[in-house]
Amino acid sequence: MINRLVLNNLRHRPVRTLLSVLAIGVEVTMVLTLVGLSYGMLEESNRRTRGVGADVIIRPPGSSVLSLSSAPMPEAMVPFFAKQEHVAVVAGTVVHPLVFPESVTGVNLEKFTEMSGGFRYIHGGPFAGPDDVIVDEYYARQNELKVGGQMELMNRNWRVAGIVEAGKLSRIFVDMKVLQDLTGATGKLSQIYVKLDDSAATAGVIAKLKAALPDYNIYSTEELVSLISVNNIPGLKAFIAVIISLAIIIGFLVVFLSMYTAVLERTREIGILKAIGASPSYVLSVLLRETVILAIAGSFVGILLSYATRWTIHSLIPASLQQNIVPEWWPWTTLIALTGAILGTLYPAWKAASQDAIEALAYD
Amino acid sequence: MTDAIIRVEELSKVFRVGEVDVHALRGVNLDVPRGEFLAVSGPSGSGKSTMFHILGGLSKPSSGRVTIDGKDLSVMTKTQRNDLRKRTVGFVFQKYNLLPTLTASDNIEIARTIANTDGEVRDPWFDEVLDMLGVSKRLDHKPRALSGGEQQRIAIARAIVNHPAILLADEPTGNLDTKNSDAVLKLLRELNHRKGQTILMITHNPEAAEFADRIVHMRDGEIVESPHHG
Repeated sequence: MINRLVLNNLRHRPVRTLLSVLAIGVEVTMVLTLVGLSYGMLEESNRRTRGVGADVIIRPPGSSVLSLSSAPMPEAMVPFFAKQEHVAVVAGTVVHPLVFPESVTGVNLEKFTEMSGGFRYIHGGPFAGPDDVIVDEYYARQNELKVGGQMELMNRNWRVAGIVEAGKLSRIFVDMKVLQDLTGATGKLSQIYVKLDDSAATAGVIAKLKAALPDYNIYSTEELVSLISVNNIPGLKAFIAVIISLAIIIGFLVVFLSMYTAVLERTREIGILKAIGASPSYVLSVLLRETVILAIAGSFVGILLSYATRWTIHSLIPASLQQNIVPEWWPWTTLIALTGAILGTLYPAWKAASQDAIEALAYD
Repeated sequence: MTDAIIRVEELSKVFRVGEVDVHALRGVNLDVPRGEFLAVSGPSGSGKSTMFHILGGLSKPSSGRVTIDGKDLSVMTKTQRNDLRKRTVGFVFQKYNLLPTLTASDNIEIARTIANTDGEVRDPWFDEVLDMLGVSKRLDHKPRALSGGEQQRIAIARAIVNHPAILLADEPTGNLDTKNSDAVLKLLRELNHRKGQTILMITHNPEAAEFADRIVHMRDGEIVESPHHG
């Protein structure tokens, strides 16, 4: 019976109920979208790193796991790596950051093809001249680029030579020498990829390289990929915590206002319940159950909305941000919604439970 | 001594309004025998409603003693007074006070839920009462689909579903037209005669009071007259 009362109360005020559910849904979507973007961007980064096909990755001293903002390694190091035991191919790249999250990568197509099997061209082909650029399918779609078309990058015009499948290095590629000269990094590299003749030798090769180059960051591909996680990105965890706190506050305020209004609207009904013997805990229970239903329905709506945000991002800016759907976060976002909602309902519920029955019955 | 189901002794209630003490009840004494239909009449401000609230355990007396079915209200805790309203006292109000979101049937049932009697099989006595009230076929409707008279009859059914020792009715016909008023008053009378239900009805309507076995008049917080009647 109490559940019927709760459900009927929610049905009786459909606009208030829908708005509360929607507001909690937005709160949940906010968290799920943020988490989905974090996971999506990191997964995309991992996918591109794996796509190179290298066994060992060498990064300059002091570089971060996620990004490279300069090219401080001498290109002359390439022959040093090439002559190490088990090394089959060595390829350097230059990375020049653009507006976040984009960057342009300078590649030596011949070496890169030798290492990774090369790009898979959807349209067009390799660079034919120094002003040529290759972009991936998402970047081309987002910027409506076609092979033979022009694009502006780093204050100069480029001709789109090829559109390739996404998943290797970055989304925009130019010839490595051209990028080195353009960025004043002639003879310098951002990163060096090493492919071995036997992947089982990776640990041994890394140990030797670390002994020879103690200041450099030398990883196996798997190790680097495992390091690119939410826990290892400086500030990301704290940022997510801030967003979660904001979500709880939003949930608290929404439910507080909603339940406070509901308690005022239902003053007389609360008086009736008390007149027929309902205890304060019974009144409290009615309101808490309503809140739990709102929070769970809001969580469900929020999960659905996170699919909508993913679709929107993927349709409008496919090359910029990647949002994953992260089902393992659904219980957490439900818990976050419940926490905010229950905190928001405590004061109105207490007010209702402690209401004087005679005054409540006299309320019009 | 009579078998008084309600015994009121030197009952006083003082409200503090601003810096002024308002004496709503001044040493009221009243005995209501089991099975009596009593009307308490009097003008506005005479203390009828204050006494109604105290008898129903909704408010505490300032002094004096009130015993309902052998239980002393003046020493009861809030929880005990809640329990009193679950099973010992049933209320009927002027404004019906049905929960608008529930059907008539659920409005009755919720009183059983709150009193924890919903697990028990509803006795045939109550079905007879529903027939007597003439609402058996209107139980699936929500209050807004019922007439005032029907709502008040549902409110009476809710008030007695847990077999309370007394039924307290506060101006039960105050919002009804003459025809519906008569119907409700006849039902209360029938309930009293056929089922032996003790009823204490507050009213300022002399015609309504005539339906009771006895009428007591109140003025300025005191019982001024208690003629036998009926």
